Amino acid sequence: MKKHLLSAGDLSRDDAELILQTAEELRSLADRPIKKLPALRGRTIVNLFFEDSTRTRISFEAAAKRLSADVINFSAKGSSLSKGESLKDTALTLEAMGADAVVVRHWASGAPHLLANAGWSRSSVINAGDGTHEHPTQALLDAFTMWRHLGDLDGRRIAIVGDVLHSRVARSNALLLRTLGAEVTLVAPPTLLPYGVDGWGVETSYDLDGVLPKTDVVMMLRVQRERMNAAFFPTVREYSRRYGLDGRRMANLQDHTIVMHPGPMIRGMELTADVADSERSVIVEQVTNGVAVRMAVLYLLLGGSEPALGGAEPFETPRPSAPQGPLAPGGEE
Amino acid sequence: MSPTHSEAHSEAPSADAAAGPQPAATGRTVLDARDVSRALTRISHEILERNRGSSDLVLLGIPTRGVHLAERVAAKISEVEGNAIPVGSLDVTMYRDDLRMRPARTLMRTDVPTEGIDGRVVVLVDDVLFSGRTIRAALDAMNDLGRPQAVRLAVLVDRGHRELPIRADFVGKNLPTSLVEKVSVHLAEFDDEDSVAISTSATDEGVAN
Repeated sequence: MKKHLLSAGDLSRDDAELILQTAEELRSLADRPIKKLPALRGRTIVNLFFEDSTRTRISFEAAAKRLSADVINFSAKGSSLSKGESLKDTALTLEAMGADAVVVRHWASGAPHLLANAGWSRSSVINAGDGTHEHPTQALLDAFTMWRHLGDLDGRRIAIVGDVLHSRVARSNALLLRTLGAEVTLVAPPTLLPYGVDGWGVETSYDLDGVLPKTDVVMMLRVQRERMNAAFFPTVREYSRRYGLDGRRMANLQDHTIVMHPGPMIRGMELTADVADSERSVIVEQVTNGVAVRMAVLYLLLGGSEPALGGAEPFETPRPSAPQGPLAPGGEE
Repeated sequence: MSPTHSEAHSEAPSADAAAGPQPAATGRTVLDARDVSRALTRISHEILERNRGSSDLVLLGIPTRGVHLAERVAAKISEVEGNAIPVGSLDVTMYRDDLRMRPARTLMRTDVPTEGIDGRVVVLVDDVLFSGRTIRAALDAMNDLGRPQAVRLAVLVDRGHRELPIRADFVGKNLPTSLVEKVSVHLAEFDDEDSVAISTSATDEGVAN
């Protein structure tokens, strides 16, 4: 039985579908007069954030509170974490406080894995984004948003466009969407595709205009300049000319195709304002769905006597790509 | 995976009733399709009589089979009264007192009619009344949805063995059972036919609490 959510690749298809169905039931909570359910009453959830984040932290906090859990927020700034305390000592502190689950965001790829498997604490660990590795709950909320718009994802074509190299969102999405039967195409300049992408089980392309007319979902990624230590493309203008989504390109999409972005988005770079504000854009809905999906994950991991996820054998997860030089703390949602 | 949830219903472990699509009736059949239909017709008339008409009525079924029973009762009431009765479903999973004693259960649909439940007469509908714990959970769940003027309880079968001070207002059939027996309710919506059977189960499965 799995008690952690570290990688989207750890989820079997049954697990993923259970999370989506649970999220669907929990989504209606937002429309009720009392937005509260008692399932996690008396459980303590710690949000441990070593890297800036607004959306993800608030989303996890709202999800935990709507399930009646007690929430403790730790962020690197303004705590002993900024004084040089090691991850191990932090984990021991949390264990001593009796945390049932730790939601961790870290600038180093693999930190949540270490926290979960080093034997420092008994809590469930939920990866809320680690370095350039994974962000499984983002992938789940993206899949949930697609599922609500398109129904079953089997055979659906999904284009993930932009800075794939630095994107944990892209990796988690590629793993999860493949599990759910979708066909993923990563579209990026050659410099922004990670080494080893051949092993992800996805298509790659350098030609956005060739991919757009066939796709059911376009997911635009933010160019993560804070993680960039080299010149990956000549100029911003050239990047957005070739890999940005504007009104002209949007006109080539199929009628039902939706446009997504994990946020925070930079208007004018990866997509233009008219695309972001168009009817195809589900960017705001992604945020709403994030709370429901995170509630589903917390409920399924912590709600019963043991986690309800992890019945079936997961497939092999590709190893995290080596960090590209020193990782600057910086946030992607 | 499907955005409609018709299939998910069948996975509901409900402590008061045997869960899942029932295998073909084993054991002794106590109610056949016509008995079930007559019981629901009588319950519908009793609800109307007690409420002096259908004004302000809302039926809330407890998933999975309670929802279908609620829909049938609502259809019978509107046949008599000529107006539609709001029907919804109320998932009680997160309010159960044994939530922490098993792996996290699959959630069922909660679907409150647009009219809401504030100030209305809510009739909770379930298939089997047993320990009463499901109904307690339902009362708690309703507390977070609004404040009804009154809450009544309709069940197809009351099998006794209450563990809480709860009783039904409308009962299809009182069925004295022993704790080792298992009551299976079959409804045409999932199973082949309507029937209620009673059997001595070899395993503990389906016997609540």
